[in-house]
Amino acid sequence: MSAGTQAAAGPVAQDTVGHAQATPDRDQPYAALGLTGPEYARIADLLGRRPTDAELAIYSVMWSEHCSYKSSRRHLRQFGDKAPATDVLLAGIGQNAGVVDIGHGYAVTFKIESHNHPSYVEPFQGAATGVGGIVRDILAMGARPVAVMDALRFGPADAADTRRVLPGVVGGISFYGNCLGLPNIGGELAFDPCYIGNPLVNALCVGLMRHDDLKSAVATGTGNKVVLFGSRTGPDGVGGASVLASATFGDDGGKAAKRPSVQVGDPFMEKLLVECCLELYAADLIEGIQDLGAAGVACATTELSAGGDGGMFVDMDAIPLRDPNLTPAEILMSESQERMMAVVRPEHVDAFMAICRKWDVEATVIGEVTGDGTLTMTWRGSMVVQIPPRTAADGPVYRRPLARPDTLDALQASGPESLARAADGAELRETLLKLLGSPGLADKRWVTQQYDSRVRGNTVLAMPEDGGLVRVGEETGLGIALATDGNGRYCTLDPYRGTQLALAEAYRNVAMTGAVPVAVTNCLNFGSPEDPAVMWQLAEAVRGLADGCKSLGIPVTGGNVSLYNQTGTTAIQPTPVIGVLGVHDDVTKRLAAGFGTDGAEVVLLGRTSEEFGGSAWAGVVHQHLGGLPPAVDLDAERQLAILVTAAASAGVLASAHDLSDGGLAIALAEACLYGGRGCAVALRGDAFTDLFSESAARALVSVVPGREREFAALAEEHGVPATVLGVTTGDALTVEGVFEVPLTALEQAWTGTLPAIFG
Amino acid sequence: MTARIGVVTFPGSLDDHDACRAVRLAGGTPVPLWHGEADLQGVDGVVLPGGFSYGDYLRCGAIARFAPVMTQLIPAARAGLPVLGICNGFQVLCEAHLLPGALTRNAGLRFVNRDIRIRVEAAGTRWTSQYTAGQELTVVLKSGEGAYLADEATLDRLEAGGQVLARYASGNPNGSARDIAGVVSEAGNVAGLMPHPEHAVDPLTGPSADGLGFFASVLAATVAA
Repeated sequence: MSAGTQAAAGPVAQDTVGHAQATPDRDQPYAALGLTGPEYARIADLLGRRPTDAELAIYSVMWSEHCSYKSSRRHLRQFGDKAPATDVLLAGIGQNAGVVDIGHGYAVTFKIESHNHPSYVEPFQGAATGVGGIVRDILAMGARPVAVMDALRFGPADAADTRRVLPGVVGGISFYGNCLGLPNIGGELAFDPCYIGNPLVNALCVGLMRHDDLKSAVATGTGNKVVLFGSRTGPDGVGGASVLASATFGDDGGKAAKRPSVQVGDPFMEKLLVECCLELYAADLIEGIQDLGAAGVACATTELSAGGDGGMFVDMDAIPLRDPNLTPAEILMSESQERMMAVVRPEHVDAFMAICRKWDVEATVIGEVTGDGTLTMTWRGSMVVQIPPRTAADGPVYRRPLARPDTLDALQASGPESLARAADGAELRETLLKLLGSPGLADKRWVTQQYDSRVRGNTVLAMPEDGGLVRVGEETGLGIALATDGNGRYCTLDPYRGTQLALAEAYRNVAMTGAVPVAVTNCLNFGSPEDPAVMWQLAEAVRGLADGCKSLGIPVTGGNVSLYNQTGTTAIQPTPVIGVLGVHDDVTKRLAAGFGTDGAEVVLLGRTSEEFGGSAWAGVVHQHLGGLPPAVDLDAERQLAILVTAAASAGVLASAHDLSDGGLAIALAEACLYGGRGCAVALRGDAFTDLFSESAARALVSVVPGREREFAALAEEHGVPATVLGVTTGDALTVEGVFEVPLTALEQAWTGTLPAIFG
Repeated sequence: MTARIGVVTFPGSLDDHDACRAVRLAGGTPVPLWHGEADLQGVDGVVLPGGFSYGDYLRCGAIARFAPVMTQLIPAARAGLPVLGICNGFQVLCEAHLLPGALTRNAGLRFVNRDIRIRVEAAGTRWTSQYTAGQELTVVLKSGEGAYLADEATLDRLEAGGQVLARYASGNPNGSARDIAGVVSEAGNVAGLMPHPEHAVDPLTGPSADGLGFFASVLAATVAA
């Protein structure tokens, strides 16, 4: 075809492979698509010619930071290199999500993923599609998604923009997750000025399957058909992975200009897609499957073909469109939601289509697997893509410069020692109430009541418990527990230690339910990797997590990296969010955090030192961040977890609650509030340190009356220091000789904060 | 032989699993029914479960009432078949004019998931015979469009005729008229409830087992019949 006839036919492929060969010097907008000059030159080198516009679109999204992990990959290798010996892993890093054996023939897959940039630009849809994306990741592994969680971080609660972003994000998660029918079983809600222009919206999904249900993202078998199914492809989310997720916001925030790069979600279609896929799996009609998330068709076709025999032909004219004017580049880069791509044997196509029709899911054969090692695409009859798929799927790997921030020494030297501390009972009481009513520690029900936590009827524990717990087998009592934790303040002071503290807290939270922690996922939220100080933080965090997982004996099964969380030159605090999965042998023996019975001995487990660097007290009372975070003792964490799970199994505990932000004081207040009963306790050391220090590896438990000696013996056997503090009783939190706070006063301080701000 | 209770799955139904489990725990046999098939399979009663049927894009329950299965269900219900609509199912029954009134956006305009107490007002129906009038139950409310509305004359008629099935007893969570959490047809066989009794069938996974009585009631009624 000549250029003349193409123009007459409307938006046709101007830039075919032949055209690219004939016009080597044509200017291409690689920089606007997020590629650097050297990257563009490398693409031309790989192809032996300049890329077509469609090919450039593929490389620009696949080589984006978001899809290629080009800055983080050489650090992430430690998760594999340092992985503890384990036999629980059925599929590891590199797949859509890791898969863990939990016994009884069941396997679990779980992963946490960020949707930070879209959620700032368009909070409702940004957060909604974050849920949708992670659910499809889990679905693509062959699992039925069974629960979600979300870890949210915003600027100060009372900041004007937080009042725009937070209700939108929560509304989006509520809308999408509730309509999809997945219980939301927990997560985090934190506030810090560093997140004001860069909120963190991290969504976790967990799915359940039988061992032999495991699916792979590979296109194998020459002649097998490639089927695109679900929603039609539209002009939403074009370039979401590259120009939105892999770039720093300008100082103006740049919200309006980037809004078209945010996807729009339809949870009803996703629900149909979930049920449709599960029926396709059950009928064994799929050879390989991939969800369409970041980078859409570009990603699914390159990854499927790169993972398989290496060749695929796609007829782009067959792709159902919502907008017939889309160019090939836009079709490839669109991040329209609720789409999946499957590889199907020709003889199974009819049965495949019949199941899709049953669920009213549109499905179209758009191509087939070839044996020629090339990803080829035609559009309007002309060849517009002809590339070796691995060159797009693998992407570059960078060794970015690292530099310990030159402000860190001064920051670590300005510890909290000189800050004024509450000196008497009245001041200690006031400190407790101030912390309890601070947005990060206050009652989160304004948020969590908007989420369905009950659907599917297997939720045993959900927020505000330490970890979520979902029953897997009604007959066996088998269950899975999950918790996510992160602390940007600790990580600012020491990213290595701070990351291990986040890991330790999530590990501890899972153990508090009575479950045994078995595997780890992570979402690494950082600023720009082009800033050596940020890269150092990232490198330290990854090293800390890999070393920590090795010590605890639990592998990292997968994760997600979100960089460029910064506005101008101001990055967020380094915020790795760590998710830990645990297995519960018998969910009827689960432990809740609240004091469940009167007359139960209240025991503090672990050792308390004077540790206030990065603490909630320093932040809330003094707006201070300096010094060093609490010391990490992973052996102590491990012993604590073993003790609590053993005690839960033996039935000697009435409750278990981990100690973290705000220390013992907040843990006591929460145990009273959750359980609706008071306690009377006595402290032995300095009251301020005992109440507010944030030493790690500690927990607050109450013992079933009559089983005290048994529990004490168990604690001794496992080498965990156990200090009897007092007993559950009455309707006040009484610290002998220090203060007494009626539950009603605790309740008042705790519940009013978020409704007062958000309505 | 135990009674067979059908549970309809519309596209977008979410609590169908839970309704089946509740029927089973109450001692009945759950029978999955598909929205696209005009066949009730001879069941002794039907539950329309919670969820977002057909995405609820137009109005909650507005499309589901036209589903093929409803062409059988509506006449059967008018002829006396016990039918319980929970949450979205209640909305479907109102849209199908099997129950009076309508469900609209919560007063607070936000989805509410909360354990609440309801008081059984009409204890003599096919779905509440195992309760006593005035009995309080702890169940789960989880809905965005749960505010029950009807004109004053209809509300007066419902109250006078003993058709208020249950009321909210721990504060009005969504702005429902006269605290109404559920209503029942004049004949006492078609019931709609906004809260979820199927999520209160086991203290391990719900706030109580108080909700089992609804399912036990319909089983007792069918066995007696």
